[in-house]
Amino acid sequence: MKYNKYLNSEGKLYRKENTVYFMDTKGKKTPIPVEKIYALYCYKEVSFTSSVVILLAKYNIPIHYFGRYGNYVGTFYPKGENYSGKVIVQQSENYLNSDKRHYIAKEFVKGSILNISKNLSRYKLDYDKEKYITALQKVNRITDIMNVEALMRNDYYNNFDNIFKNFKYEKRSRRPPENEINALISFGNSLLYSTVISEIFNTHLNPSVSYLHEPYERRYSLALDIADVFKPIFVDRLIFNLVNKKIINENHFEKDLNSCLLNDEGRAIFLSKYNERLQKTIKHRKLNRNVSYQRLLRLECYKLEKHIMGIEQYEPFVIWW
Amino acid sequence: MKKTNIDFEKELNKLNVRGIEINYYFICKTKLFLFMNNMGLEKNHENVELGKLLHETSYRSNKDKEVIINKIAIDFIKKNKKEDFIEIHEVKKSDKMELADYYQILYYIYYLKKLGIESKGVINYPNQNKKKEITLNDENIKNLIPVIQEIEKIRNSNLIIPPKKKKYCKKCAYYEFCFS
Ligand code: SF4
Repeated sequence: MKYNKYLNSEGKLYRKENTVYFMDTKGKKTPIPVEKIYALYCYKEVSFTSSVVILLAKYNIPIHYFGRYGNYVGTFYPKGENYSGKVIVQQSENYLNSDKRHYIAKEFVKGSILNISKNLSRYKLDYDKEKYITALQKVNRITDIMNVEALMRNDYYNNFDNIFKNFKYEKRSRRPPENEINALISFGNSLLYSTVISEIFNTHLNPSVSYLHEPYERRYSLALDIADVFKPIFVDRLIFNLVNKKIINENHFEKDLNSCLLNDEGRAIFLSKYNERLQKTIKHRKLNRNVSYQRLLRLECYKLEKHIMGIEQYEPFVIWW
Repeated sequence: MKKTNIDFEKELNKLNVRGIEINYYFICKTKLFLFMNNMGLEKNHENVELGKLLHETSYRSNKDKEVIINKIAIDFIKKNKKEDFIEIHEVKKSDKMELADYYQILYYIYYLKKLGIESKGVINYPNQNKKKEITLNDENIKNLIPVIQEIEKIRNSNLIIPPKKKKYCKKCAYYEFCFS
C-alpha cells in the first residue's frame, strides 16, 4: 500500500541513488522509500533538488504545499494530466449546457446534504434534509443552488455547539479562523482539497472545469466540487472525534488577538489521524471489494467521468455506515 | 529504401487499427471504447517512426525485445533465414483469451503482409509450456476484415459502450472505473 508523507518541519529533500531523503534543520535524515509514496504534503518550508523531482516524476508523486495557516498554496505535479481530448470536450459541454451543469451541481449539493444529515443523526440531532432536497429541485440557477447549499450548511454548523463538548464553535470564520473549531475546519478542508487534486490527476478529468463552483474560482475548482461531498465524512467526523475525545485540546493551538491556528504538535496529530482515516478500508458494496477512504475519492472521479461521457448517470457518494 | 518508405506510409494510412484494439475487441468492447478515447488506465505504447524501426528491428533478429511498427507492437521477432520469412512472437500468460490473442497476431501477420513482409505467428504460453502457430489464409483473412471494419466504425461513431459484468472483470485494470 502506498501512503502519504506529511512533512511538518522545515528542511530539504535530496536524493541519494534511488532514495529520497528528508533532512530537517537539525540535520536529522529520514529516508523516504519513493515507490511507497502516494503524495507529499509540505507544511513548512521544504526545498528540493532537480534530481528529486526526476525521481518523483518517475513515480508520479505530487507535492502539495501549504501556507502558514494550513491553507493550500499549490501542487507541484510532475507529470501533469492524462490527456483525453474527448473527456475534456465532454466535460466542457456539460459545463456549457446549463441543464447538464445544474444536474451535476445539484448532485454535489445533494451529496453534501445527505452526508451532513448522516453526521447529525449520529448525534441524534434533527436535520430537515428533505427541505433542502426539495428546495434544490425547485431552483434552476447556479447562484440559487449555491444559496441552498449555504443555507443548509449554516443550519448544519448551527448544530455544532450541540456536538462539541470542549470548544465553542459560535460562527464560521475563515481568513483567519477565530477559534479552535474554525481552525480545524479550515485546516481539514484545505487538506481534503489537496487530496482530491491528487485523485483527479489520476483520471482524465480536467481539474479546472467544475460545475458547482465556477471554473475561474480556483485553479482546481473541480476539486472544490468533489471535496464538498466528502467534507462531512473526511473532515467533520474527524474533528468531532479529535475534539470530543480530547485528542486535540487547547494546548494544540496558537492564539492571537483575532486568530487561532494549530501549532506544530496539533498539526502533527491532525495529519496523522487524517491519514489513518484515509487508509481505513470499507467493503464497497458495488465493487464487492475492500477500498480505502482515499480510494473513494478516486471512484467519485470515475463516476463523474462516466457521467460526462454518457456511460452512467452520476450520483454522489453517500456514506452508508 | 526511400521509395518503399512512402509506400509503407500509404498502406499504413489504411490500417489505422492497433493490435491491442483487435485484442480488446474480443475481450470487451467497453475496454476498447475507453482505450480508443484515450481513457486508458494502463500506460500506452509510444508509436515510433516506422522506417527507422523496420530498418533496425527486422534485421536484428532474435532479440528479446518488443518491436513497434507504427500501430502494432510485437513482443519479439525471429528471422527464419532458411525460408526467408519472419516469425512474430507473442508471449501470453495463459490461453484464457485465446480468441483475442489469435486475432491479434493474425492482424500482425496481415499488417506486415500489407507492407510486403511475409511472416508467421507464434503465440507462446511459457507457463503452460505450449506454443501455437498461426498462418494467414484466405479464410481467416475473411474473418479478420470485418473485425477491422467494425473497430473503425466504433472509433468513428460516438457510440458509447457501457460496461457489463463478465467473469474476468475483477482482474481488469478498468474494473473500478466500470463498477464504481
Ligand atoms: S471491467 Fe469488465 S466491463 Fe469494464 S472494461 Fe474491464 S472487462 Fe470490460
